[in-house]
Amino acid sequence: MTKTADVVAFERNVTKALDDGQLRRNLRSAMTTLSQRRRALFADAEAFEQLRAQGQSIRRRALSRLPELLEQLEARCTDNGIQVHWAETTAEANAICLDIIRRHGAQRVIKGKSMVSEEMHLNHFLEEQGIEALETDLGEYIIQLDGETPSHIIVPAIHKNKDQIAHLFHDRIPNAPYTEVVEELNAIARQELREKFRAGEVGVSGVNFAVAETGTLCLVENEGNGRMCTTAPPVHIALMGLEKVVEKLQDVPPLLRLLTGSATGQPITTYFNMITAPRQPDERDGPQEVHLVILDNGRSSIYGDPERRATLQCIRCGACLNHCPIYTRLGGHAYGHVYPGPIGSILTPQLEGLDEAGVMASASTFCGACEEVCPVKIPFTEILRMLRNEAYARGESEHDVKGHGYRYTTVEALSWKSWALYNTSPGLARIGSQILGKLGQHLPMIGPLKEWTRTRTSPPFAPKSLHQLAQERGLDHDR
Amino acid sequence: MTANARANILSRLRATTAQGSFAVPDAPAIAGLALNLEERIDRLRRMLETMHAEVWVVSSVAWLDELKARLRVRTLNGLLYGPGTPLGAALEAAWEENLPPLVPYVEPVEQCRERLFNVDAGITSTQGAIAENGALILWPSAAEPRLMSLTPGLHIAVLEAGTIFNTFAEAIDQQGWLEQGMPTNALLVSGPSKTADIELTLTFGVHGPKELAVLIVA
Repeated sequence: MTKTADVVAFERNVTKALDDGQLRRNLRSAMTTLSQRRRALFADAEAFEQLRAQGQSIRRRALSRLPELLEQLEARCTDNGIQVHWAETTAEANAICLDIIRRHGAQRVIKGKSMVSEEMHLNHFLEEQGIEALETDLGEYIIQLDGETPSHIIVPAIHKNKDQIAHLFHDRIPNAPYTEVVEELNAIARQELREKFRAGEVGVSGVNFAVAETGTLCLVENEGNGRMCTTAPPVHIALMGLEKVVEKLQDVPPLLRLLTGSATGQPITTYFNMITAPRQPDERDGPQEVHLVILDNGRSSIYGDPERRATLQCIRCGACLNHCPIYTRLGGHAYGHVYPGPIGSILTPQLEGLDEAGVMASASTFCGACEEVCPVKIPFTEILRMLRNEAYARGESEHDVKGHGYRYTTVEALSWKSWALYNTSPGLARIGSQILGKLGQHLPMIGPLKEWTRTRTSPPFAPKSLHQLAQERGLDHDR
Repeated sequence: MTANARANILSRLRATTAQGSFAVPDAPAIAGLALNLEERIDRLRRMLETMHAEVWVVSSVAWLDELKARLRVRTLNGLLYGPGTPLGAALEAAWEENLPPLVPYVEPVEQCRERLFNVDAGITSTQGAIAENGALILWPSAAEPRLMSLTPGLHIAVLEAGTIFNTFAEAIDQQGWLEQGMPTNALLVSGPSKTADIELTLTFGVHGPKELAVLIVA
């Protein structure tokens, strides 16, 4: 049976990640710390469950009114002077950004951390157009220096340790001394980026929550680079997936608490930045233009299916990554796509298509840890199971996931048909089990059997079937 | 292109909402924190200090002298402030020679970018604070612009103890954020700028202020 391309690539990545001792040590220490901090903050289980119920309710309520909330958000933002753009695809979103940047004659954009911009591959796109996109979040800055992508949605450089970063800074930043002292590494980055903040022409950021009733864009961060990118340059472009909208300002406090607590175990981040309008005529700073780009990129299709819709509840805290037995051993790069871990495993196949990323749904042990820690109660295992089914669903499928049926093969379909026939025809089963009882020990180890027995002992077939044994003992199912 | 995108996206979403089938689970309201003023001050102070902010609780009579005393022992090239605010007026009236010179923020950022990025300290008033998670509420304004609490290495925030709320939700509600309309920019600030992006080692002073000093005027 031939393996699909996504499976081949993933298996190669898995082997590479598992063989990387340094990566595994870095991950183990980081993931343990993050999960301990989270547990300490939400020590009161009952209070946490109440908060989680609120988080789920707020997100579900927002989704239940999604189109009208997006329109309300657009209307409020427009009233406030924020220019709203809609993009069906990442290509459209990139084009909108480029147009704004070109209009201002900017050569460089400074960026705050944004997973949507990663989804858009915005940096790569802008560089092709001769525009430098500089990441300013320390973690993002580190991986950009090394030509990498984030391996975690909250702590993007978590796969690196300080020795690796020390070498990287020394090699790639002009005149940077070699140091393994974390404070000194931070100071180097601060100095490098401060000049860029001062001279910044266009700032780009993501959006954590967009409040429909006030037209407010909320950003969560610790470093101050997000505030720099959204405050110092004359133009600010904010990028959001269309699911980020919430109905009311009062929806924000519980979600903020859940987000920072789940992500890093903090009661709140250093900065919570609420942007409602560009600079007013009497004001002295702040961007003169604020643009909001609302991106679909497959989200409206996810929205269309009641079971898949829960994927859009996500607030991108990363807790599911930190608690996943797969993620914590592989890190993010092995998944081969922008969003890793359990959330990546349910989101990416739906955004990119099963034929591109369907294998991600198999990166789960179904232990359910992701579900247990999810602050908005996304039913991960249900969605994973559905995606696995969709991968084999040829023709019309129940949930219509893009690329469904890509793993369908005639051989496999026939095998299951025969299996069904075998188990529903007593005569066939009787003859079959007699044959298997005699020949089962000598099955040729080829194809899937070879693969399966590579790391497992093949169980011996019983010489007599249960049916035979029952007959010999004189048992009769009629009595 | 964009006009179509909007219409297409909204029509796809509406096609879904038209079918119904949205279950919105009820969630019971959570009883928030209910502390008295003294407890709120105490909790805020503890939370801010945990995040490496320096907190001084001072009386409304003594706060200026306290501020001056603390600044006198520091070597700072200037203190950025907003003239035309009650805080600005108080500083102007009380300022002395042997203190870091007051630097007014009166021009648009384009004309004073160098000064803003090079000044050692900045002082702002606050809109209030939140005891539960230890955060200050800042509403930058025309008189006290956004960068004042961001570019200087030391940010001093002056807080009236009476504006410390139990929770974020309570602050939004009791200060009437919705009724009076959101400011162009509102902020919660819980300490000096920090990062844990290298091996989760917490270090302070990345891109924003390296120090945060909070004067709680009680």
